[in-house]
Amino acid sequence: MSLSRSSCRPALHVPDSPTRPDRVGDYSRVCFSAAGEVERPVPDADPETLHRYAFSLVRVLDDEGVARGPWNPALDPRDLRKGLRAMLKTRLYDARMVRMQRQGLTSFYMQCTGEEAVACAFQGALSKGDMNFPTYRQQGLLIAQDWPVVDMMCQVLSNSRDRMKGRQLPVFYSSPEAGFFSISGNLGTQYVQAVGWAMAAAIRGDRKVAAAWIGEGATAEGDFHAALVFASVYKPPVVLNVVNNQWAISTNQAVAGGMATTFAARAHGYGVPSLRVDGNDYLAVRAVSDWAVERARGNFGPTLIEFVTYRVAPHSTSDDPTKYRAKDDQSAWPLGDPIERLKHHLIVIGEWSEERQVQLTAELEAEISDAAKEARSYGTLHEGPKISPATMFEDVFKDMPWHLREQRQTLGY
Amino acid sequence: MVQAIRDALDVMLARDERVVTFGQDVGYFGGVFRCSEGLQKKYGASRCFDTPISETGIVGIAVGMAAYGLRPVAELQFADYMYPAYDQIVSEAARLRYRSAGEFTSPLVIRMPCGGGIYGAQTHSQSPEALFTHVCGLKTVIPSTPGDAKGLLISAIEDDDPVIFLEPKRLYNGPFNGHHDQPIVPWSKSGLGELPEGYYKIPIGKAAIRRSGNELTILAYGTMVHVAETAAAEVNLDAEIIDLRTLIPLDIETICASVTKTGRLVIVHEGTRTSGFGAELAAEIQERCFYHLETPIQRVTGWDTPYPHAQEWSYFPGPDRIGRALVKAMEA
Repeated sequence: MSLSRSSCRPALHVPDSPTRPDRVGDYSRVCFSAAGEVERPVPDADPETLHRYAFSLVRVLDDEGVARGPWNPALDPRDLRKGLRAMLKTRLYDARMVRMQRQGLTSFYMQCTGEEAVACAFQGALSKGDMNFPTYRQQGLLIAQDWPVVDMMCQVLSNSRDRMKGRQLPVFYSSPEAGFFSISGNLGTQYVQAVGWAMAAAIRGDRKVAAAWIGEGATAEGDFHAALVFASVYKPPVVLNVVNNQWAISTNQAVAGGMATTFAARAHGYGVPSLRVDGNDYLAVRAVSDWAVERARGNFGPTLIEFVTYRVAPHSTSDDPTKYRAKDDQSAWPLGDPIERLKHHLIVIGEWSEERQVQLTAELEAEISDAAKEARSYGTLHEGPKISPATMFEDVFKDMPWHLREQRQTLGY
Repeated sequence: MVQAIRDALDVMLARDERVVTFGQDVGYFGGVFRCSEGLQKKYGASRCFDTPISETGIVGIAVGMAAYGLRPVAELQFADYMYPAYDQIVSEAARLRYRSAGEFTSPLVIRMPCGGGIYGAQTHSQSPEALFTHVCGLKTVIPSTPGDAKGLLISAIEDDDPVIFLEPKRLYNGPFNGHHDQPIVPWSKSGLGELPEGYYKIPIGKAAIRRSGNELTILAYGTMVHVAETAAAEVNLDAEIIDLRTLIPLDIETICASVTKTGRLVIVHEGTRTSGFGAELAAEIQERCFYHLETPIQRVTGWDTPYPHAQEWSYFPGPDRIGRALVKAMEA
């Protein structure tokens, strides 16, 4: 047998996107499993026996809104409604903040539209004292635990009540109390820090869990590899989350290596078990998160979860996706919308109605409007009460050294 | 100085259960320079352990551990290998307190052997201190004696800010007068190797006057403190030799008092010249002491080339080069 001449010709392979402005996406590769199809192993299973879960897709909700299979977390309807409320609130919050950015009240904003289930359902698996190391698209972690949206808005507006004193780009929240680590903005750096935090918990013998977050695009960073190596070696209580929303600004997941194998499968090289889950299925996300957190808390080691989802919104308010993907590309996305799917399920089981949805939406909109009004009363990026520029020199060190004091005085404070 | 570093780690591991130390070869073997020898056996593998070869990972986990509430002391095997960790140092450790307005902090120490004089060539000889002093939020410390190394390392571990702790590897086993063709004198026989027992601190941010003098001031740190002292003696000048010990925050008061007194200044460092820490010193001092200066400030530094192997002693700013600068500073 001989290879044909053409197949041997050297040529650089540059992956193309499954969608571009002139063609709607082909996402046929995404959907590997039907709802209820994937088995649920015990959380303390030997990682060697778990390889196949990196190539399937844990799904609970089927197209008819019925919860199926062993991954059904069998949540109380009250918890389901709480989840629906958190996701809807996140979406309405995002919409409001984009509007405020367009009104010039702040410089920048990032939505998580279409990805609400990932953060909102994951947060339910954590306990007080655990720590998320989030990226900029996990505002749902805060909203799902009823963190005051006024506080979040004050950060986005960089106003006088911004706990970060106006130092951080909008959406770079931080709260030790909420188990929400200060967001860096340098992609991937916090993945390895989460592993270190979990190692510290193990060293101290504390039963606490760290959750690392990264996008599929940033898995290309060396920090991802370092985090997996250290997680593999020391087996600390960490859940390694990869949010595969298909897009890193204009760069499709294909260019991050997503056509070669799944992102979940990368964990196998490190002997870390991994699961791939329908990120738009609130029930599936919650079930898989519970499984991974249980593993971590039981000292059975780290787990990598690939949340398969879709970034509906632009990367940020500075981005225009119509330049690089089809306008109605979302219609080709096979895993639907997380809010619609959970709503449908609640209606199917007789625990919700379209009327109640309308009512909830109005209620949340009013809540967010009130919060926005309050947040604006504390100032915006350009107007109202300000944080003194003198504070710019604080917190560089615990105690201000002479050279910073001199520089502050030079500025006139 | 190896003993001093080990002592400091030993004292702090015993004193504070939040202290952990780790790095390549640090655990079982005790470090390639033996700075953690015996500590794993004494304190257990969860307090002193080996890591994979990943500076990104070593510093990255240290940031997470420090944020958790531990006091990690990470060793990078050579300062020359710190570049993969630079993002974690600059963007993360140094800025965590600032960006979270004090809600999260990273009180960690990153130890790394630096400097040349051991035929280490361009990958085992670098002095990258200026890459740290340029970063806001880092303290940068570099001792020149065992007693200082121990007291400063203890201070660094107790410090609530991230500290870069540079250890001049040529000084690990004894002082160095710059004459490479002379036999090595161990610390124990040098008269400079005093190492107090137990817990004590040398404050970060305070320079030491190694020799009082009236004719001119020499600013140096690390290995170059000893070389400069030799050079001054060889040209018979009554030099005031200031060992900076801490680069950031700088002890500007001690420096200015000396320069005001002598009116002449020579700055010595082993790192490369352009944008080196000497440039910062010269700029700061001329702003404050311009009218006291009798002659231009001289800098004696490593050349702006990678650190060569065979040509090490032409690269190293030895007593001859320093002596010529001292004489020049006295002219006019």
